[in-house]
Amino acid sequence: MRRIPLARLILGAALGGLLATTAARAADDAKLPKVEWSFSGPFGTYDLASAQRGFLIYQQVCSNCHSMNQLYYRNLEGIGLTEDQIKAIAASVQVPGGVDDNGQPIQRPGRPADHFRAPFANDQAARAANGGALPPDQSVLELAREGGADYLYALMVGYSDPPADMKMQPGMMYNKYFPGHQIAMPQPLQDGSVQYTDGTKPSLEQEAKDVVTFLAWAAEPEMVERKQMGVKIILFLLLLTGLTYAVKRKLWSDVH
Amino acid sequence: MVGLHKSEFKNPLVRWIDTRLPVFTMMQNEYGSFPTPRNFNYFWNFGALAMVAMMIMIITGIFLAMNYVPNTALAFDSVERIMRDVNYGWLIRYVHMNGASMFFVVVYIHIFRGLYYGSYKTPRELLWMLGVVILLLMMMTAFMGYVLPWGQMSYWGATVITNLFSAFPIVGKSIVTWLWGGFSVDNPTLNRFFSLHYLLPFVIVAVVFLHVAALHITGSNNPLGIEPKGPQDTLPFHPYYTVKDSVGICVFLIVYAALVFFAPNFLGNPDNYIPANPMVTPAEIVPEWYLLPYYAILRSVPNKLGGVLMMFGSILVLFVLPWLDTSPVRSARFRPIFRQLVLLLVIDVIVLGDVGAHRPEGWWVVVGRLATTYYFLFFLVLLPVVGKLERPLKLPDSISKPVLGGGGPLPGGAPAKPMEKA
Amino acid sequence: MRRVGDGPFPHEWLLAGGAESAAAACGHVWSVATRRNQPRPGFEDMMATSLSASDHGAGSPHGEGTSKRDFLKLVTGAAALVGTGAIVWPLIDSMNPSQDVLALGSIEVNLDPIQAGMGITVLWRGKPIFVRHRTEKEIKEAEDVSLSALSDPETDAARIKAGHAQWIVVVGICTHLGCVPLGNKPSDPRGEWGGWFCPCHGSQYDTSGRVRHGPAPANLPVPPYAFETDTKIKIG
Repeated sequence: MRRIPLARLILGAALGGLLATTAARAADDAKLPKVEWSFSGPFGTYDLASAQRGFLIYQQVCSNCHSMNQLYYRNLEGIGLTEDQIKAIAASVQVPGGVDDNGQPIQRPGRPADHFRAPFANDQAARAANGGALPPDQSVLELAREGGADYLYALMVGYSDPPADMKMQPGMMYNKYFPGHQIAMPQPLQDGSVQYTDGTKPSLEQEAKDVVTFLAWAAEPEMVERKQMGVKIILFLLLLTGLTYAVKRKLWSDVH
Repeated sequence: MVGLHKSEFKNPLVRWIDTRLPVFTMMQNEYGSFPTPRNFNYFWNFGALAMVAMMIMIITGIFLAMNYVPNTALAFDSVERIMRDVNYGWLIRYVHMNGASMFFVVVYIHIFRGLYYGSYKTPRELLWMLGVVILLLMMMTAFMGYVLPWGQMSYWGATVITNLFSAFPIVGKSIVTWLWGGFSVDNPTLNRFFSLHYLLPFVIVAVVFLHVAALHITGSNNPLGIEPKGPQDTLPFHPYYTVKDSVGICVFLIVYAALVFFAPNFLGNPDNYIPANPMVTPAEIVPEWYLLPYYAILRSVPNKLGGVLMMFGSILVLFVLPWLDTSPVRSARFRPIFRQLVLLLVIDVIVLGDVGAHRPEGWWVVVGRLATTYYFLFFLVLLPVVGKLERPLKLPDSISKPVLGGGGPLPGGAPAKPMEKA
Repeated sequence: MRRVGDGPFPHEWLLAGGAESAAAACGHVWSVATRRNQPRPGFEDMMATSLSASDHGAGSPHGEGTSKRDFLKLVTGAAALVGTGAIVWPLIDSMNPSQDVLALGSIEVNLDPIQAGMGITVLWRGKPIFVRHRTEKEIKEAEDVSLSALSDPETDAARIKAGHAQWIVVVGICTHLGCVPLGNKPSDPRGEWGGWFCPCHGSQYDTSGRVRHGPAPANLPVPPYAFETDTKIKIG
């Protein structure tokens, strides 16, 4: 009799606190455009065609500056590439191959078991080539940014000329969605940045969506398996809860 | 047969063991026939739930440790390898990661239950204090565990929290250097944190054992806060509460699974997916949600040492809680004023948590200070005073005969045979 | 009072254990067997009082209510058991070779620098692989052995790649207890049959890597490999 308002009070306060926190976080920056992602929701899966197009963009655009050190070429099976395609992709780059018999470092063609080749040997080289800014590793970028896929998409489409009253640092670009609005990365994607082989029109929005789908997959390659397993496990647990509750009711019927 | 235990078990193997090592008799007495108040509500599930959460944490932790590498150069990558290459590694890690949150949720509700129903009062003071020890150990374990993935928040959280000790005069700096094993949070720090993160859970298990042992001396409190007066007030723990706990465990697992499978990073911080970088501090350093209230108290005090002392004090005050509360009545059900105050405390702690998640600017500072004030006011002033002034409602005669609160006359009437009501 | 042994099944406690394994699955670890136990005398009366209702309420222990409850317990217990099994598998599987370990399956070895009569040792999947360049004499010895003289009969032709008889490639781990045999370096003892000699317990292998003497039960295994060119092999 007394527990109900108590429970409500606490639940309300907890939810209120949570919502306030979320709202406050979101209000800090420009509102992110809403994108329909194939991978959102409890039944979401990656749109593999989109992820493959995204990989093409990564290969041709992103990988000139950004590493993806956590990924192996063999992982590309996860976006639906065949073994032969993966072998060809891996073999198209030269990777460090250990040392030769004289102890000199050698390069060899990549294999599926190799990590994605990094564009720079180390952070210093990366900074030197990019005006002092370090292009972040993209392996888990989607998880490492507030807003996740929505934010990355917004970043891709958020470039414009700076407002008249804004003083830009030399070498910086204006981006509506980047914290502080000054980003060292020049606009990476434009309409027609890549040629898609499947006939999709390479508009900026399409490219952004594809590359973000690829990055989301790269960050959480287990997501589809995870969600599918989750649905089964929760259904099972609901059943078990019902059964256990029935046993409890039966047993306690003697007591009440 | 001198010295052998007289076992009542029929199964020959069980009996053979039991006469030599009466573990079966002990389990039977402590978990089988153990007389337990018959009027528990579902709040009494949370002790068992905490036990489950602890077991899950230890088991998943052991398997994670098989693949984790406590080295600043490899830690982040080794966690990613667990997520990507180890069979079901992602599952084990997400279960462990979210398990920390689930463990704290459960323990906080468990603590609230103890507070609300006066479970800390005599003769259960030591039981309560052991619980506070467990909470402290949990906080240390969780903090060190959060450092292990060696992301940005790991690194900076470790830096900020270890730096708290520098607030102490004279020895502060030396303590911090000693904690670090160097002049900043670095590889030696990570190594010792890993070692302690593996060790402390087993210390927790030991204290939990004492906690349960103490519980079985005093027996459980109950929603009415009055002691059972006889057999009619209790039920054997098994099967009544084993099955009731099982229901709670199933519901707990559903919430847990929803988190693990559909929002595994919801409670985490994106910055921790950026490898630790000693040169760049994240825009906002926030601890995990379960430490936010203490963090808010820390930041509410403008003085560095004062803040640290208040933060530690907010836990230490729980140790003396049994003696701060002067009321002889346990359950808040019969203490109208205390009831309002303790619920306000819950809201207060939630507000503190929210304050802890925000930059200490503008009105967050004011709210933080007000909430901190109420927190200490509640324990140090209101509890002693209200206990003396408040007029509690009339307590029922016994658990099986709740004369108050619309209980109505029992069928059969006689308190000696209340159970015949089908 | 409703005690477990009173039920319709002689081993009802096993079934009732189902409800318990729901609990066990969730961390309660008390023994199923304890349920059979009589409560200790002090509690006897107490429990009799508090539990007598079940027999009164649900009719006799053999009545409909009881069997329904038992069935429920059975189903619940089975479900909990399945759940527990499902929890255990990921933990066990996590100790199997991980994806990165499985992927590192192949290495390439350049045979050019290996003189006839010499061998090299390379590491493949954490194991030493012996690659030996056999002389004409050694090949002949390996081919001429009659199968009846071998404890693990295998022809030399089955252990080499056709057309590359001068190359023998074996896993350099003694099949007895896992030591690495000697014989790959010119200075090593090669045993009576000119192949490899295991210093641990004296097993000896011939130039085809077949066991000829000692406690080793089998020939040195040949790893999967293929010739990419005449002077380059890929192991794995």
